[in-house]
Amino acid sequence: MNRQNIYLPYLMRIEKITEEAPSVKTFKLKFVDEEDAKKFSFKTGQFGEYSVMGEGECTFCIASSPTREGYIECTFRQVGKVTTALANRDIGDIVGFRGPYGNIFPIDEWKGKNLLFIAGGIALPPMRSVIWNCLDLRENYKDITILYGAKTVADLVYKEELREWESRADVNLITTVDPGGETPDWKGKIGFVPTVLDQVSPKSENTIAVVCGPPVMIKFSLPILEKLGFTEDTIYTTLENRMKCGFGKCGRCNVGKVFVCKDGPVFTFKQLKELPDEY
Amino acid sequence: MDSIRKKVTELLESGAVKVVIGYGEGSDNNVKAIFVRKPQDASKLIYDERCVQNLAFYLMKHEVKHMGKRGVIAPLSVMRTVLQVASECQLKEDEVVVLGITSEKELVEFSNLKELETYISKSDLSLPAKEKEIMDKIEAMSPAERWQYWTNQLSKCIKCYACRAACPMCYCIRCQVECNQPQWITAEATPMGNVEWHLMRAMHLAGRCVNCGECARSCPMEIPINLLTYKTVSMVKGNFEVYAGASSTMESVLSSYKSDDKENFIR
Amino acid sequence: MNIEKKLIKPASLEKLVILLKEEGKQIFAPVKKDNLVNFAEISTLQEMTEDYILTVQSAKSVAFPKVENLFDIKTTKESITLTDKNLNEIPEIVLLGARPCDAAGFDSLNAIFTWDYIDSIFVERLKKVTIIGMSCNKYDAKCFCTSMNGNPGDTKGSDILLTKTNDGNYLAEIITEKGKGIADKHSSLFESISDTIDKNKFIAEVPVKFDLKQILENINKSFESDLWVEQSLRCISCGSCAYVCPTCACFDIQDIYNGHEGHRKRSWDSCGFGLFTLHTSGHNPREVQSQRWRQRVMHKFAYMPDRQQVVGCVGCGRCSRACPVDMNLKEHLINLAEEVVK
Repeated sequence: MNRQNIYLPYLMRIEKITEEAPSVKTFKLKFVDEEDAKKFSFKTGQFGEYSVMGEGECTFCIASSPTREGYIECTFRQVGKVTTALANRDIGDIVGFRGPYGNIFPIDEWKGKNLLFIAGGIALPPMRSVIWNCLDLRENYKDITILYGAKTVADLVYKEELREWESRADVNLITTVDPGGETPDWKGKIGFVPTVLDQVSPKSENTIAVVCGPPVMIKFSLPILEKLGFTEDTIYTTLENRMKCGFGKCGRCNVGKVFVCKDGPVFTFKQLKELPDEY
Repeated sequence: MDSIRKKVTELLESGAVKVVIGYGEGSDNNVKAIFVRKPQDASKLIYDERCVQNLAFYLMKHEVKHMGKRGVIAPLSVMRTVLQVASECQLKEDEVVVLGITSEKELVEFSNLKELETYISKSDLSLPAKEKEIMDKIEAMSPAERWQYWTNQLSKCIKCYACRAACPMCYCIRCQVECNQPQWITAEATPMGNVEWHLMRAMHLAGRCVNCGECARSCPMEIPINLLTYKTVSMVKGNFEVYAGASSTMESVLSSYKSDDKENFIR
Repeated sequence: MNIEKKLIKPASLEKLVILLKEEGKQIFAPVKKDNLVNFAEISTLQEMTEDYILTVQSAKSVAFPKVENLFDIKTTKESITLTDKNLNEIPEIVLLGARPCDAAGFDSLNAIFTWDYIDSIFVERLKKVTIIGMSCNKYDAKCFCTSMNGNPGDTKGSDILLTKTNDGNYLAEIITEKGKGIADKHSSLFESISDTIDKNKFIAEVPVKFDLKQILENINKSFESDLWVEQSLRCISCGSCAYVCPTCACFDIQDIYNGHEGHRKRSWDSCGFGLFTLHTSGHNPREVQSQRWRQRVMHKFAYMPDRQQVVGCVGCGRCSRACPVDMNLKEHLINLAEEVVK
């Protein structure tokens, strides 16, 4: 298909649907057109506009790693018109995808460093891509620690992934649920993510931290990271904002002169601090 | 005018109100809404035939609401709006001080909304001459001619929704037009789509419109859209003997049921 | 290309309109209807009005229509077919009588629609528009083109610019290759003109209201100013300013679909609307009008100059004319600049 029309999406077939948590699903998507699949590539951190034809478009990150070719994955929560239409799709149905858009996690710059991934709730999807990307290139990195928490056990997403990461000797996985969110057979930690972060006290020397989560989680995790010795340009996060076009034209996602769809969604905390209070 | 400025200064100095919304000189001989917070700025208040904007709109605007108790310079349309939005629970009696103003620039003070109701019941609520002329012309048309007139006028609509933004009664947090499950009103400006939007809005305003004319004033295409809602006003008056903006406790004509309702289909 | 000066008489202009129409071009010109002047399609020059200062709406819809179909959708039980927009179906348009500020507006739009990603639909539409502009011999209090590096006789953005002289004929400046194409093809209608004709004698003199350089410098420092709240208190968020503005390009993308066929479209939107940046979670980064007013002004005067090297305003004053509550942009800019200097 001629790709001159930047609004024209790729057609993708749903290969697999995983029910991650109440109202949260993951789709594995394959290009309907083999030629599109061959020409397509993306880097970790980027996002796309996913659509149900006739219902509209929606912005999610690409949750799979670029090291795994031939398909992409996305995870979403059913909250509105388009996500409801997506949630009602079956395996074999066709959806649309435009992308990849946005900037990337600079994982090449992180070679030889320790990596600390901190995520909360539904914010694990943007991190999943970069986690798998780094794990697939494991020899490039030193220690990898993943700290992930959710409100309750049921709200933890990527349960299969969590099991895999848990079983790996070269990954230190710490999972936690909020106090009161545990089940009788829960073996992980109990406590808010920032609290557990403080307890675990990972080292900051030669370490990059990637933090994604609800604003309140980030707000309380930051001081702890600073206490541990992380600096503003060794902490990364991804921003979300309402988007429509994904490529800087509809005028919606800018925070000051920074466009989340073009200059982001990946930002260091140093860059975040320079942004006006409008996100 | 002096008595009004004096009253405003008093109210602000005593702290009885935090802000008074009134008319002030704008640019290029226009009038603009001003928000007087300092007593000395009361001298900026003016009132003349250019002052037609419905200031009551601002009583419910977020930034203004949070300033505290507010006063408002109130010609008739503003008075009626205050009563109507109070009857719809959008404004409480103790949140507002109504500074009534007659066409002779005389101040009329009200100590409560009941006094406002009495004043309005004695006022002349007929349409301004120019609008009455057009209304009479349309009333004299046959149904086919009226359809022609309105489809012609509404074909100019560009669906900017300024009419809705300007109307003090259109305060719904999620208007029908902003609903996408389902998409009731399309964004496109098509002849029939425009008619659909304006008829729907006129129906939502039946029994609620206070004839302030802000919708027509804000329309960039100068469509006399206020006449549609004025028509619903006169129909409600004819059928239910009530009109909007007459009382702060009046129930909405189209959404309240009375056991002695004229229609018997519901019994 | 050097600007060539020619003369075109009203009768020749009339003929030109007919010939261009015969070539299959659509001609849009200012037309008076029910007391308002707006661009509409014409077949003869008589339909065009010259007795006005500016049209209510800008001319941007010839390249950036209010609603634009992006592609068609057809679905059956077995398949989904997307049909790309056929750019060849986009008609050739002649925009006759556009004021210099209208013509300059397309530059801003182009900067947005070709920023890194090229919007091929917009580019194709703009490519097929030929602008035969008309200089202004009068202005009103809301005009401020000369404060925005423009002027009522500016050739920027037009392919041919007409200026009416005192004998009723038009000085025609042939500015671009596109303009030259028309002038050469219909050379009998474009006569030679005396070198001594002074265009400035027939053009309005719009006083400069502010120093644009100072405004651009100071606006960048004004994000935290209290003035944004003060200025926006009376704004009712109606969106008229964005809809009539020649440089506003914010849009929404939606699908229209009846269950088996439809299309995806982009339509005009405004950063002044409350829902513009609302997240599904209920969080709104621009919750109150003062933040939205600030976004509008800073996008045009701070962010666009920084990211696209073009100012998002041509000084036409349409926003101020359409505004029902006297949000006079020119005055606000001057106030902002003064405030920051303090």
